[in-house]
Amino acid sequence: MDWLKFFRSEPKNTASIAKERLKVVVAHQREGRTNGPAYLPKLREELLLVVRKYVQVPDSAVHIHVQREAGLEVLEMNITLPETS
Amino acid sequence: MAKIIVVTSGKGGVGKTTTSASFATGLAMRGHKTAVIDFDVGLRNLDLIMGCERRVVFDFVNVIHGEATLRQALIKDKQHDNLFILAASQTRDKDALTADGVGRVLDELAKDFDYIVCDSPAGIEKGAHLAMYYADEALVVTNPEVSSVRDSDRVLGLLASKTRRAETGNGRVKEHLVLTRYNPARVQKGEMLSVDDVREILAIPLLGVIPESPAVLSSSNAGVPVIANKDSDAGRAYEDLVARFLGEPREHRFIAPEKKGLLGRLFGT
Repeated sequence: MDWLKFFRSEPKNTASIAKERLKVVVAHQREGRTNGPAYLPKLREELLLVVRKYVQVPDSAVHIHVQREAGLEVLEMNITLPETS
Repeated sequence: MAKIIVVTSGKGGVGKTTTSASFATGLAMRGHKTAVIDFDVGLRNLDLIMGCERRVVFDFVNVIHGEATLRQALIKDKQHDNLFILAASQTRDKDALTADGVGRVLDELAKDFDYIVCDSPAGIEKGAHLAMYYADEALVVTNPEVSSVRDSDRVLGLLASKTRRAETGNGRVKEHLVLTRYNPARVQKGEMLSVDDVREILAIPLLGVIPESPAVLSSSNAGVPVIANKDSDAGRAYEDLVARFLGEPREHRFIAPEKKGLLGRLFGT
């Protein structure tokens, strides 16, 4: 009796409800996700430039790590220098 | 140098293993030497989907623990000479995997292969973490459904923070959206999230849309990845996906409903 559907009222658009609910949930989920301050990538780039004035190091030589522990934020930087020949 | 790709989702049952099997097979069909690894220790299934369950002698955990060599544990695909499967252990639990061990196996594979596909278990525990840890790129498999989309978003957060690339500040894992079990007719009726909805929410580039298809079940019944079924919509969608991954532009197909005639609309299902 598929033709009867023509006379029935339109069903609710549940997809748009889903989308709205997801937007809220996802926005909430993303709070506090940002991995460290936004300036980190730039800081890393500039550090590389400075280091390279003196020593040739590959891109992978600079490691930056942010840790949060009990309200304390620790920014750890590690620059691996090439072995001196 | 091999490229490592994790197939992940957070939520279970969305098509990770189906995607891993077809993606790896597709890469091999296009001439790339490919290994596909099942990270779901204790609940292995990739061997079944690939149709090699009776040829598993040694597994991933055996290799990590030095009980077998990689060469002994890799199962060569029957159809494709350049495709190899590394099965998960069925008798151990996820603690049998270690970051060092996984790293060693991947390093050894990388010497010999073009692509290494890591089939992640569901969840965000150890197995899933290690599957994504060494990845260069990620296929985030998502169904157009609220719980799957939320879990995918969660996984995107982990890819951005809990991977080797993130931890060493060495770039980031490149993310690709793979939308599976898509039903364009239901989308048109407003019963299902559309491709654009999911894209907007997750905000990552779309690699492929795989339509909901009876071919997926019949292929898994037969132990042949659905990409080998070239007459099926899902098979062709996976083929497109692999081509796009390799940089070949392809239109997205199967995202609009098939047109039905008047009779079909009146009496169709």
